[in-house]
Amino acid sequence: MTTVTPDGSPTGKVEILEEAVIRFAGDSGDGMQLTGNQFSDSAALFGNDLATFPDFPAEIRAPIGTLAGVSAFQVRISSNDIHTPGHLLDVLVAMNPAALKVHLPDLKHGGILLVNTGNFGKRDWEKAGYTSNPLEDETIVEPYHLVQVDLNHLTKETLKDTNLDNKAIMRCKNFAALGILLWMFNRDLEPTIRAIKERFGKKAPEIADANVAVLVAGRNYAETVELLDHTFQVDQAELEPGIYRNIMGNQATGLGLLAASKLTGVQLFLGSYPITPASDILHQLSSYKQDGVITFQAEDEIAAICSTVGAAYAGMLAVTTTSGPGVALKTEALGLGVMAELPFVVVNVQRGGPSTGLPTKTEQADLYQAIWGRNGECPLPVLAAASPVDCFYMAIEAFRIATKYMTPVLLLTDGYLANGSEPWKLPKIEDLPKFEVHFETNPEGFQPYKRDPETLARPWVRPGTKGMQHRIGGLEKEDGSGNVSYDSENHFHMVKTRQAKVMGIAKDIPAPELHGDSEGDLLVLGWGSTYGSIYGAVDKARKEGFKVSQLHLRHVFPLPEGVDKILAGFKRILVPEMNMGQLTNYMKTQISADYISYPKVTGKPFYNDEVLRKIREVLA
Amino acid sequence: MTATQDSPKGKLKKTFFKSDQEVRWCPGCGDYGILNAVQSTFAELGLERENIVIVSGIGCSSRFPYYMETYGFHSIHGRAPAVATGVKLSRPELEVWVITGDGDALSIGGNHLIHTLRRNVGLKIILFNNRIYGLTKGQFSPTSEIGKVTKSSPYGSVDMPFNPLSLALGVGATFVARTIDVMGKHMREVLKAAHEHEGTAFIEVFQDCNIFNHGAFDPIVKKEVRDDRLVDLRPNQPLVFGQDHDKGLIWDCNQLRVVKLGEADETGKVWKEEDLVVFDPSNPNPSLAFALSHLREVDEPTPIGVLRSIKQASYEKMVHGQIQGIQDKKGERSLEDLIYAGKTWEVK
Ligand code: SF4
Repeated sequence: MTTVTPDGSPTGKVEILEEAVIRFAGDSGDGMQLTGNQFSDSAALFGNDLATFPDFPAEIRAPIGTLAGVSAFQVRISSNDIHTPGHLLDVLVAMNPAALKVHLPDLKHGGILLVNTGNFGKRDWEKAGYTSNPLEDETIVEPYHLVQVDLNHLTKETLKDTNLDNKAIMRCKNFAALGILLWMFNRDLEPTIRAIKERFGKKAPEIADANVAVLVAGRNYAETVELLDHTFQVDQAELEPGIYRNIMGNQATGLGLLAASKLTGVQLFLGSYPITPASDILHQLSSYKQDGVITFQAEDEIAAICSTVGAAYAGMLAVTTTSGPGVALKTEALGLGVMAELPFVVVNVQRGGPSTGLPTKTEQADLYQAIWGRNGECPLPVLAAASPVDCFYMAIEAFRIATKYMTPVLLLTDGYLANGSEPWKLPKIEDLPKFEVHFETNPEGFQPYKRDPETLARPWVRPGTKGMQHRIGGLEKEDGSGNVSYDSENHFHMVKTRQAKVMGIAKDIPAPELHGDSEGDLLVLGWGSTYGSIYGAVDKARKEGFKVSQLHLRHVFPLPEGVDKILAGFKRILVPEMNMGQLTNYMKTQISADYISYPKVTGKPFYNDEVLRKIREVLA
Repeated sequence: MTATQDSPKGKLKKTFFKSDQEVRWCPGCGDYGILNAVQSTFAELGLERENIVIVSGIGCSSRFPYYMETYGFHSIHGRAPAVATGVKLSRPELEVWVITGDGDALSIGGNHLIHTLRRNVGLKIILFNNRIYGLTKGQFSPTSEIGKVTKSSPYGSVDMPFNPLSLALGVGATFVARTIDVMGKHMREVLKAAHEHEGTAFIEVFQDCNIFNHGAFDPIVKKEVRDDRLVDLRPNQPLVFGQDHDKGLIWDCNQLRVVKLGEADETGKVWKEEDLVVFDPSNPNPSLAFALSHLREVDEPTPIGVLRSIKQASYEKMVHGQIQGIQDKKGERSLEDLIYAGKTWEVK
C-alpha cells in the first residue's frame, strides 16, 4: 500500500492510501460477485476511481469447498485516474481454505488477509489439499497481516431470532465480510443498505432484513473489537465532473448496439447462439423488447450469423455476437456477407483458445482469424475496443462503418473487457456520433452493384421496395448489374474493388491518439484490452525518465492513415499482446519498423508492472 | 428490373414473374416444371413481385431465385432456412419462399431445417428431391436408396436414406405436403395451400434429374402407372386410389393396409369405401400422416398432396406479439433513459 502522510487525521487511526486492491474470494455459492459489486458501488458513490474484474470458476457448480469451485471478484479503488483492476492485492478476503490456496500468491507481503475461520475445519482444509490447518502454519500466513473472524458464527448469532432456516442464514455471511470491509475503508453503510433493499426487498423482504442485519453486525463487530489498529481511507479521485455509472464491457457493447439503432432509427436484430463469454450480450438485448429489439437465439452459430445476414438484407441493423470458436463456425457466412456486400456486425468476445480452450479466461489470439481467416480474398474491417466503456463507442462505430460501406464488420473485445467494469462518464446524447442510414428507393437507373464513387459501397435496398427487385448471392457477380459472372477479368476487378472499398475506410477513421511525446526511444503499441495495462506502465516509465510513449489501435484493419508517421518517430516499437505476436506480425506486413513482440498467453491480462519491467528491460 | 407494372389480382401472366436471366438447368430437368408452377401460382394469386423474397442454398435447384423477377438471395450451402428466418423475422409482411434440395436441406443443412420446422417460421420451403447430388455431378444423397450406384458409391450405397416427410412430421412441422415435377396442376394446388398456411409450409417435390438420376421416380409417376402407384390425399375423403378407384387403405393391426374394393379378401370380407380410412390433414395428432409417409414405395401407394396442415401461431407472430405486448405495457425508452439507467452518481 502506498502510504501518504496521514495528514493530521483527528483520531490518528486512519491511514490515507492513494489506492487499494481488494479481492473477495470464496466458494461459488458464497456470493463473492455480489459482495464485490456492492463494495465497488459504495466506492463509486464515494467518488473513487475504480476498476473491477471477476474471476469465475470454469465449472458451473463445482463441489463445495474445492479449488475448482473458487469464485473471486477483484476491485481496485483509487484517488487517481486508473485503467486496470490492479495486480497484487492489499486485502484478500478468503471465505474458505480453497480460496486461500488459490489466491494467497497474489497478496502483497504485509497485506491484510481476512479469513472466515468458520470454514477452516479439518475437512475444509483437506478438501483444499492442505495437510494441516494453513492458518496455524507460520510458513503460509507469516508474511501477511492475518485477521481471523468466524463469520459463520457471527452470522448465526445475528440471525438466531429470525425464522430463516440454517441454509438461508448461512447465505448471508458474505454481508458480514462486506460490513467488515466497509468499516476497514471508513465507508458509510447507508448506500449499501439501500442497494440490498432494492435488490431483495420486493421479493424477499425477510432476506433483505437479514442481509442488512448481518452487514451491520459485521461492521459493529470490527469496530468493537478493533479488528485492526487503524483503518484506511482512499480519497475521492479527481474525476471529470459529470454523471457516472459503473459499466461492464459486455453491457457497454449491448448498449452501444442499441444506441446505434436509436441514433439511426433502424431496428436492431440480434442472431446469436449462447457461448461464454459473449452470452451476456444476448441476455441483455433479449431484455430490450420494449425498445423493439428482435433477438433470435438460433440453433447454432451458423444459423445465428445466417439469420443476421438475412436481417441485414431485410434492412435491419443486424448483429451476431459470439466468441472465437463461434467465429470459426461463422466464417463461411462472413464470406457471403463480403460477397453480397451486406452491412452487419460480428462481435467476437475473445477467450482462451484454440478449440474450446479456456472459455472463462481472456486472450487476444483471434486477430489473425479476424483479419485473414476466410477463404478467398475476403477483406473486412476489424475493430477492437480498448476498455469496458470503449465497447459502447466501438459498437456504434462498427455499425457506422458497416452501413456506410456496406460490409460486415468484426468487433473484437475479450473476456477481460467483457466482465471487467469501470466508471463511465455518461455522454450527452447530442455528443454521440451521428450517422445516417440510406435505403435506396429510386428505381431510375438502379443497379444492385452500382457503387457510390466515394465509398465504393453498393446501394442498400429493402425488399418490398417497388420496382427494385434484384438477386444477390455468394457467386461472383458482374460489377454494376450484379448478374452472376464467371468472367476472369471481372473477377479480378471485383476482388480489387472489394479490397479498395475496405482499404478506403482508412481515410474515414480517426488517427489513434498518442499518449506521450511524438518522438522517443520506444513506442508501446497495443490493441484491444491491453490499453489500461500499457497506459499505467507508460505513465510510470515516463515519470522514471524514459522516452517512451503509447499508441493504441482501436481500428486494426485497415490501419488509420498516419500510423506510419507516428511509428517513424520512435527507435523501437514494443508490442505487448495476449497472443504469440499476432499484431506484431500483422504490423510487419503493413509498416516496416523495429518491432519487439512481448507475448503473454496465460489467460490473464497484462499487469502494469509487467509492462513496466519490460519497458525498463528494453531501454536498459 | 425497372418494370413497375401493376399486378391486378387474377389478371397476371406467369411471365410477370420471369426475370431477364437465361435459365441454365439441363434440358429436360424437372426443375423447369417447378419454376413454371411457381410462376403460374404467384400469378394466379396476384402477388406483388416486390413483396416476395426467394432464398435458396446451394445446388442445382438453388439457382431458382435468379430466374424469378422478385427479390432473391442465393445464399450458402444448407443455410437458406436460417437466412430466410432472418428475413421473415425482420419483415413479417414479406412473402418468403425457400428453395432447397435433398443435399442442401437434408444433409448439410439438416439442422436448420428441423429447427425452422419446429419453430413454425412463416417460410414456404420447396425441397426439390431428386435423390442425387446434381451440381457436384452425381454422388448419392441422403434420400438415395440403399444399393444406389453413383460416383461416390461405385459398389452401391450402404447409406440408409431418410424420408423427408417423416422427418418433417417428426419434428412437428405444421404443414407437410408432397407433389411431383410433372404434375403441374397438382403442384399449383399444393403451392396455393402452402401460401395460405400460417407458419412453415414444407413441400417435397419429386424432381427428375435427367442427367444423373433419370427416371428415379418413373415407377410411380409415369402416366401409365401413376394412378395405381400414388394416393392423392384429399381432406376428409376416404383413402382411395387406382385407375378405377378400386383400391383403398384401411387401418389394420396398427398400420395402413391396401385392400381391393368390392372384392372379398382371403378372410371373405368384402371391402367397401366406408371401411376405408378417412384422412384429415388438420388432425393435430400426426400418427396417421406419419403412417402414410411410411408407406413402402415398392409395393404400396405413395402419398401425394397435403399430409398435414394444422393451425399454430407462426414464430414471427409470437416474436412480434411479445415485443408489441411489452411495448404497450412499458413503452419505448429514449436513448437517454437507457444510458442514464442503473446506479448513477454525480461528480461535481
Ligand atoms: S444436373 Fe440434374 S438436377 Fe441439375 S440441372 Fe441437370 S438435370 Fe437438373
